[in-house]
Amino acid sequence: MSTPLMEARGLQLRFGRVAALDDVAIDIHPGEVVAIVGESGSGKTTLLRVLSGLMRPDAGAVTYRGEDVLAMPEAARRRLMRTEWGFVHQNPRDGLRLGVTAGGNIGERLMAVGARHYGNIRAEATEWLKRVEIDPARMDDIPGKFSGGMQQRLQIARVLVTRPKLVFMDEPTGGLDVSVQARLLDLIRALVADLGLAVLIVTHDIAAARLLAHRILVMRQGQVVEEGLTDRVLDDPQHAYTQLLVSSVLAA
Amino acid sequence: MSTDAGYNFAYLDESTKRMIRRALLKAVAIPGHQVPFGSREMPLPYGWGTGGIQVTAAVLGPRDVLKVIDQGSDDTTNAVSIRAFFRRTAGIATTERTAEATIIQTRHRIPERKLTEGQILVYQVPIPEPLARLEPRIAETRRLHAMADYGLMHVKLYEDIAKHGHIATSYSYPVMVNERYLMSPSPIPAFDNPKMHMMPALQLFGAGREKRIYAVPPYTHVRSLDFEDHPFRPIRAPHACELCGSRDTYLDEVLVDDKGGRIFVCSDTDHCQERQAMKEAAE
Repeated sequence: MSTPLMEARGLQLRFGRVAALDDVAIDIHPGEVVAIVGESGSGKTTLLRVLSGLMRPDAGAVTYRGEDVLAMPEAARRRLMRTEWGFVHQNPRDGLRLGVTAGGNIGERLMAVGARHYGNIRAEATEWLKRVEIDPARMDDIPGKFSGGMQQRLQIARVLVTRPKLVFMDEPTGGLDVSVQARLLDLIRALVADLGLAVLIVTHDIAAARLLAHRILVMRQGQVVEEGLTDRVLDDPQHAYTQLLVSSVLAA
Repeated sequence: MSTDAGYNFAYLDESTKRMIRRALLKAVAIPGHQVPFGSREMPLPYGWGTGGIQVTAAVLGPRDVLKVIDQGSDDTTNAVSIRAFFRRTAGIATTERTAEATIIQTRHRIPERKLTEGQILVYQVPIPEPLARLEPRIAETRRLHAMADYGLMHVKLYEDIAKHGHIATSYSYPVMVNERYLMSPSPIPAFDNPKMHMMPALQLFGAGREKRIYAVPPYTHVRSLDFEDHPFRPIRAPHACELCGSRDTYLDEVLVDDKGGRIFVCSDTDHCQERQAMKEAAE
């Protein structure tokens, strides 16, 4: 197999007496979609925040393409965050500038890496609005006027416009109704395949994980209790907690 | 009016002036970088030039000649009062002529006449942070300055073009100083921005309420932000001055009656009078 894009070993992080991460290790390979599933409070989001450098672990190491993420100066980490990495928040309001037009939201990352040609920025924004199935005629509307699903798609466009290599997604389908969720999942799957992205997706939705992910990590109380190929983990769960999780999924 | 003996020279006590001078030296050393300073209460309200007046007090010497303008004009309340303040507390000479002044304190304009080496231009600044409207957290804006992470400012300009078809920011137009720090030029019209570039005079900026000082040393590169396909344009009203006939100065629109009558006149009163005198002499 190829060398991992991102590697983490022995991550530890405690919030007071609660162990949010307890000796967690994870590899993400180029072009691979990895899902982290688990119940609320199992440390999923904390793991995402630690890997993306938003939070420092008490112990452990995170490397990205062989570089130590935790030892990186802030400037380098921020540069990664706006070029090779992307972060899709659960709530699009955290990831978007609500007072800035859709076009401006998509253009921000381009301008942050030095794009200074208005026409080109606009052309790129139009292209991306089409790719995430938003009518380009709404380019000059502010996202506050968009529906929840549209906001989430806009956030994805805004992150992907600089063609990152690794995208962190924190419950991207949370808070959306089922039909909108299905479309969004479809869109993410198409974009990921198209762009060859590596994605680390945190979700408590087992169905979403099955649809998107190549590999699954099951977390509980800050520990990875099971790890493997998606179908293997979901069809033949070994750990008692995974069995409980899989059997709790409601069939329509 | 004679000097009031009850005050230290130029109102502020010596240790305060020293503290401000230290901030000024640091500001000059790092062009465009905002330096915090211990802004004092001044005998005038915030928004009337408390920052500018403290900077002026700190750089003023007994042989200096002070000019104060407000929106280009020498005879508005603010300008007259600040001149009187320094006449009384420092006993210095004041003038309305740009050419004669060694220190010019200004609110919202740069004089039309080219400033020279040895002159100091002191700006009154209400909001020193160019990113203030875009990023409400001061700690975060400082981080953005430290990383020279200025994509956000271009988002603002992008929004202008998207909404109005052109960059509609007509004053307080953001500039890049020495290709490093993003700086607010204070609310001067965008028309004045090009004058800051490679100016022979020292430019000092004081924000009293926000407690920040910054500076542009003489002959420093100052560039107004823009897009390649929407270049920066200094905007002025497309008229000639009613009094002096100038077509290349910044104009104020003045209402002259209550029937909608209006004229355009130079905002820089000294420059306008000079031109009128020249015209009369020629006739």
